[in-house]
Amino acid sequence: MTVSFGQFVASAGRLVVQPRMGFSDPRQMRSGLEHTKFAAATTVGTLTLDSYTRVGDHDSARRAVADGVALNGYPIVTYPVELTRELLAGVADETFPVQVRHGSSRPQRIIRALTAAGLDATEGGPVSYCLPYGRTPLRDSVASWAESCELLARLVEPGRVPHLESFGGCMLGQLCPPSLLVAISVLEGLFFTQHGIDSISLSYAQQTDPTQDEEAIRALRRLGAEFLPVRADWHVVVYTYMGVYPLSAAGARRLLETSAELAVRSGAQRLIVKTVAEAHRIPTIEENVRALETAATVAVMTTVDSARSGPDTGIYAEARTFVEAVLELHPDAGAALLAAFSRGYLDIPYCLHPDNAGLSRSYIDDAGWLRWSAAGRMPIRPAAAPRDSAGMSPARLLSALNHVARKFDHSSQEARCIP
Amino acid sequence: MNPILENVRLNVLVSGTASDSHTWNLVYLQLFLEAMGNRVVNLGPCVPPQLLAGRCLEHRPELIVLSSVNGHGYQDGLRAITRVRQEPELAGVPAVIGGMLGVAGERDAASAARLCEAGFDAVFDDGNLEAFERFLARLAGTPAIASHGRAES
Repeated sequence: MTVSFGQFVASAGRLVVQPRMGFSDPRQMRSGLEHTKFAAATTVGTLTLDSYTRVGDHDSARRAVADGVALNGYPIVTYPVELTRELLAGVADETFPVQVRHGSSRPQRIIRALTAAGLDATEGGPVSYCLPYGRTPLRDSVASWAESCELLARLVEPGRVPHLESFGGCMLGQLCPPSLLVAISVLEGLFFTQHGIDSISLSYAQQTDPTQDEEAIRALRRLGAEFLPVRADWHVVVYTYMGVYPLSAAGARRLLETSAELAVRSGAQRLIVKTVAEAHRIPTIEENVRALETAATVAVMTTVDSARSGPDTGIYAEARTFVEAVLELHPDAGAALLAAFSRGYLDIPYCLHPDNAGLSRSYIDDAGWLRWSAAGRMPIRPAAAPRDSAGMSPARLLSALNHVARKFDHSSQEARCIP
Repeated sequence: MNPILENVRLNVLVSGTASDSHTWNLVYLQLFLEAMGNRVVNLGPCVPPQLLAGRCLEHRPELIVLSSVNGHGYQDGLRAITRVRQEPELAGVPAVIGGMLGVAGERDAASAARLCEAGFDAVFDDGNLEAFERFLARLAGTPAIASHGRAES
């Protein structure tokens, strides 16, 4: 019996750190996996796929490979399965599980390709890989993801446990208030378990304030325990900030460090890191290794004060309201999610997808917390936003999008002035 | 703001490129263009060339703005504009592309030149909004659109 992705994380005994990493050159990809494996940290590996594979345009991926044009990830569907098996041989093993990260709303071919290559872990979700990322109708994405879960469950090699991570904690990366991120993550996790996947992870992407984020992740853990079936093996994964990233190396590093602290303090078990190159380009292998080691070091030094639970500002209650309102619509999570979006019960702020109501709005308050400025038809009653936060001018949007980058670039400059 | 710009009121179609899932660049561009008084139809991310051409025929924009930040912009942009220019009725519609267009995070002059040859009127491959604003000012100064703009304002 091999150790599954979920079991590996559960038994690691410390924060597991993971890069986002994908290259179209197999030698570079192999090198990236090896360097991740041998980083001074407890790591899992990543095959990030390219954008053509993500949107199902395998012809373009094939053409790029044939023409020697670099892609922004590993085209797992395009390459022969033997090549991917060779890529993984001697690297992916019980001490180093490898997950495929892709972003597809129709991932069936990706699931077939990764299971054929002997892999068993991937991520996404019917909502989180549909609404923020393209034009696939939500109905098609829900059907595709139901089929994909069942394919993954059926096609993994005997003895392996398929693992799926919900990307629901990262709707558009920034400016989605925590309660909705938490709710979507829980609902997608439930969707996975209804389609035969019992080893799952629920995600949460670091937002604008560490106290608010810690409360959100505790709410996610509590709701996971309340709503996921007892048979499910699950953990929480935190994503280092997914929005506009600090430009300075010092600011970028500090933001990564705060995400590692957040993950440990909130009881998450895995962290997907960002590098100092984030604001500038796709990171090198070395930059990724440094980020993994930085995060692991900070995690070891971070202590958990179990007596300190932090304030309850109502994130749990609001997230629970979303989850209950959705599940009341239909016992099947997929059908319930479809009904919820068509009624506007769930509504991602600023999301341009035709199946998103587009009535909700958010803002960052004076204390740096992410808040609702408009709830649309959602079943929550957030505190009234100050009058001047309602309208979003281009300058105000830019300011909100750059809030975290500005804060960390600025504080790193101050730090440099200290003799 | 340039006083000419304030009176432009163009019908602008904003769109992401086929393989690019990013949204915030498109949300921002919409607000940026609307703040100048333009009317914006925003197709959102991941728009294949065929759909782009179809929606342009449907909406009849006076300016097409493509934005890409995922590293495939040079390739995706080329296919997008080639398809748009195949439509005789779209042959003369001003079209621009901007963002971060290459994987390496560096500008590629040869690729940018190819985009212009294929039919873009301007390429802002360093995401330069000021240059885009100057382009809009020049566009507002061209007789056909300026007169149309005045008539609408």
